Amino acid sequence: MILAGPRGGLSVAVVDYGAGNLVSIEQALTFVGADVRVVSTPAELDGARALVVPGVGAARPAMRRLTRAGLVDPLLRWIALGRPYLGICLGLQLLFDASDEDGAATFGVIRGRTVRLEDAPTLPHIGWNQVERQRDHALFAGIADRADLYFVHSYAGRPDGVGREVITLAETEHGGRFVSAVDRGNVLGVQFHPERSGGTGLRLLGNFVRWATAVAAGAGAELSPVGAGGTGGGD
Amino acid sequence: MLSRRVIPCLDVANGRVVKGTRFVDLVDEGDPAELAARYADEGADEIVFLDINAAPEGRGTLLDVVERTARRAFIPLTVGGGVRSTAEMRDVLRAGADKVSLNTAAVTDPALVARCARRFGSQAVVVAIDARRRPGPWPAEWEVLVRGGRDTTSLDAISWAVRAADLGAGELLVTSIDRDGTQSGFDTELLRAIADRVGVPVIASGGAAEPQDFIRAVVDGHADAVLAASIFHRRIHAIADVKSAMAAAGLPVRSAAGVAA
Repeated sequence: MILAGPRGGLSVAVVDYGAGNLVSIEQALTFVGADVRVVSTPAELDGARALVVPGVGAARPAMRRLTRAGLVDPLLRWIALGRPYLGICLGLQLLFDASDEDGAATFGVIRGRTVRLEDAPTLPHIGWNQVERQRDHALFAGIADRADLYFVHSYAGRPDGVGREVITLAETEHGGRFVSAVDRGNVLGVQFHPERSGGTGLRLLGNFVRWATAVAAGAGAELSPVGAGGTGGGD
Repeated sequence: MLSRRVIPCLDVANGRVVKGTRFVDLVDEGDPAELAARYADEGADEIVFLDINAAPEGRGTLLDVVERTARRAFIPLTVGGGVRSTAEMRDVLRAGADKVSLNTAAVTDPALVARCARRFGSQAVVVAIDARRRPGPWPAEWEVLVRGGRDTTSLDAISWAVRAADLGAGELLVTSIDRDGTQSGFDTELLRAIADRVGVPVIASGGAAEPQDFIRAVVDGHADAVLAASIFHRRIHAIADVKSAMAAAGLPVRSAAGVAA
């Protein structure tokens, strides 16, 4: 299909909090050369250099499961330390302040709320749709503007006011327009599912691994000691 | 804008892909994982596996097929055939499927649709409806068949479709039994009657022969996605040819050339 990455690559932790099927993201990241571990406890984050938070479904049960697993604070700390993070679908929505889907308070890393898609002709929004880039980012290297990626969702994060322009990497149209990719520092989020988006999705995940490798190499020395609660290490 | 999907369907019996006409006279078409990977490379937007034995003893074989496919085809996989409980659905999702298609079990136990949607989300629940025209009446009527087209029910296909969507189905896979395997074109009246009454995507199935049929399913049948089996298995038409024809007719389709270099 597309070039598989080398073995023994970057250690990427995929967070398992019971919100959906992890088989595909695990296999896709492995395919592009990451050394993937599925983690469900804070201790398992030790040694990981990049974090992927996948998930489908509603915010409240997700927050409840993350809280019960003791993962909320470690994830927030990870983000605060500027370590590489990729949220996919619900993993992106959780970055916002709260979700309209069930009123749950979420991470609050990005100002704004997760809202129901406006003016959507059909919901859930299922299928391949064009991702229209608003800014360049290494995540999209080698991927055509308006490339089709695979979506499965009814809600999407809506950044507040001026923040929208700052963090929006891409937008997509389904009736109304919504934000389909964001970055805030070293936190990336995509509303689509790269692990289900064929060669384009694999390219994007490979880009994430390469970008995260560079970030982890450059930032590791200065960031790891700061109250990281043992997440510093390195592998 | 959402692309119209082209979906190859793999009917699986005893771990092999088979295809019949009106659900009988089965012919061996190859290894499911091999075929699925080939279709993914050729631009398929999704793959549907239907376990047409749907026998409990065959389930392990199908899960193995799904696992093998999920490792090499990074596009959405839907699995149908014989799933009767949320526990069985969980097993199929864990093997790497993204969606489960419910057919006979949904008719027998409609609450199953709601339970599966609550537990896994509507996006993971497809309700498959096998419909056959009732002779005579106008406007046309269709009845729902179950058990792989073997048994009739008293259900009207349109009302059942509306109810299934209300119960939480995230998509409807609508097969015309009259057209299945006949390569005589989709039943666009059936598709349109359903698509115009539900707010969820409708996948057209049964009767594909020419690229023109895919266009009609969308334009006349108002379908969001189009599924076919034999014409792809037998390489009568390539997925890319179907998509080019759809694009030429002004329909949005996913270009396989999303990666620039």
